[in-house]
Amino acid sequence: MSVQDTADERLLRAVVDLLAQKAVATPAEIAERIAITDAASPAQGARMVARAWVDPEYRALLLADGTRAAEAMGIPMRGAPPLGVLENTPELHHLVVCTLCSCYPRAVLGYPPFWYKSAGYRARAVRDPRGVLADFGTVLPEDVRVRVVDSTADFRWMVLPLRPAGTEDWDEARLASIVREGDMIGVTLVSP
Amino acid sequence: MMLTPGQRVRVRDDWPETRGPCHIRTPHYVRGRHGVVVRYLGDFANPEDLAFARPAALLPLYHVRFDPHAIWREPHAGDEVLIELFGHWLEEET
Repeated sequence: MSVQDTADERLLRAVVDLLAQKAVATPAEIAERIAITDAASPAQGARMVARAWVDPEYRALLLADGTRAAEAMGIPMRGAPPLGVLENTPELHHLVVCTLCSCYPRAVLGYPPFWYKSAGYRARAVRDPRGVLADFGTVLPEDVRVRVVDSTADFRWMVLPLRPAGTEDWDEARLASIVREGDMIGVTLVSP
Repeated sequence: MMLTPGQRVRVRDDWPETRGPCHIRTPHYVRGRHGVVVRYLGDFANPEDLAFARPAALLPLYHVRFDPHAIWREPHAGDEVLIELFGHWLEEET
């Protein structure tokens, strides 16, 4: 027995073998899914946001059907829950939370940040969204409405943030480089 | 029964967790509360059966808007909470 042959690894092999024997999933399918999961990161969502900022047709597709918009950027969405995209405007700011568990648009943002799953964020985001935003250093003008989106069921939600002033002559790649995961959850605003 | 955008609804004031094991996707803070249907999101398998590996019917899912001030008495005027709720949790109101 090598030092790497731990109980966890033996269990994993046994489960993978059983899934194959019972024709639930082949080792190749499992490897493909692991590769897709590893590739998912906020950089994927950021590319979608930047494209929407420069391409009005893509923006319309993104807001109408987030899943198709992700696929149009080459992001695999097969087997992922449907993706909805929430458009921030100068009058309306979106904040996403899952009060029941930790639903998150993993296909386009990757693993959620640790605080997204915390009881504190989940309880406070829905009741005191402006207090949560302030904790992240985000202060909205008084006349901006906040819409908290509690992700309770089958959709996953991503925010399309506002494009910051001063980026008018930036290209798509440079725009994508400034979009962070918090901007697409709605706890922060994009800053150049 | 399909609900249309703008329809006023009341979330059932029901607490299945007091009757035994269950899995529900309706947050406690909106039960018995009044909201407005924003849009129909599609039909999805009932998570209350899916969670127990029972045959699950497809049910309509809606985005429903609530006024947080009516729930907690403290938030900023004009803010709102938008929640995905299944049709069988919603009662039509006039």
